[in-house]
Amino acid sequence: MFPSGQRVRVKFDWPETRGACHIRTPHYLRGREGVVERHLGRFANPEDLAFARPAAQRDLYHVRFEPPAVWTEETPGDVIVVELFEHWLEEVA
Amino acid sequence: MNILQTDSQKLLDGVLALLSHKGIVTPDEITARIASTDAASPAQGARMVARAWLDPEFRALMLRDGTQAAEDSGIPMRGLPPLGVLENTETVHHLVVCTLCSCYPRAVLGYPPFWFKSAAYRARAVRDPRGLIGEWGTVLPAGVHLRVVDSTADYRWMVLPRRPAGTEGWTADQLAALVREGDMIGVTIPTIP
Repeated sequence: MFPSGQRVRVKFDWPETRGACHIRTPHYLRGREGVVERHLGRFANPEDLAFARPAAQRDLYHVRFEPPAVWTEETPGDVIVVELFEHWLEEVA
Repeated sequence: MNILQTDSQKLLDGVLALLSHKGIVTPDEITARIASTDAASPAQGARMVARAWLDPEFRALMLRDGTQAAEDSGIPMRGLPPLGVLENTETVHHLVVCTLCSCYPRAVLGYPPFWFKSAAYRARAVRDPRGLIGEWGTVLPAGVHLRVVDSTADYRWMVLPRRPAGTEGWTADQLAALVREGDMIGVTIPTIP
């Protein structure tokens, strides 16, 4: 499990190019680096749930992204906070 | 029979009959859920906000466990996603969006406004949030940071706005009447009319 403050990168992965899927990770964050704010709990993996497959419980985090990591127009100090599942996150040293 | 060409009312009746027959839900439970869904409106969220402004203990509960705070306010939350509450402060303002679809804390705010689901709102909320809330005439004071919360998974989020100055001594009902739907999404800020 990731501690608060852990730097992470959202996987640069596009399962939608490989077939039918249900992904709760927005396109605009794939490959971006952010910081884990806190653990939100464990929830059934929506990627299986959507297809009525047995869905394992996965850790869900609030992850904070700062400009210019996402867009270039933002006001300094403004952030985007997003719910992301652990299997989409890679540790950044 | 092609299910895609079947009359939708017949399909609904069939599904309801099967749910009841298999003992998954009773017709009474469905009626009760339709009633609570229809009863949900921004007035419920506003009632919670007003209570949080008056009662520090309730405010702490609301920020720690929104679902419990809603239940304590008489809003049925059983079987619904957890409710997270985002606290606006002197230095932080929150804006809620669901860029993927239209996730919305319906139990406490009712049906989302039409624009919440629009592609324009969803795209601009993450790319140009200050320009977006400017469409409502909302300008954040200097020194206030904006946190855009993209509701992508299992939580539903509402904003706990700041109590406007000049409302000292107001009752819970008076305060609740000030709080609009947009204040709890973050596109507007409560003001005294």
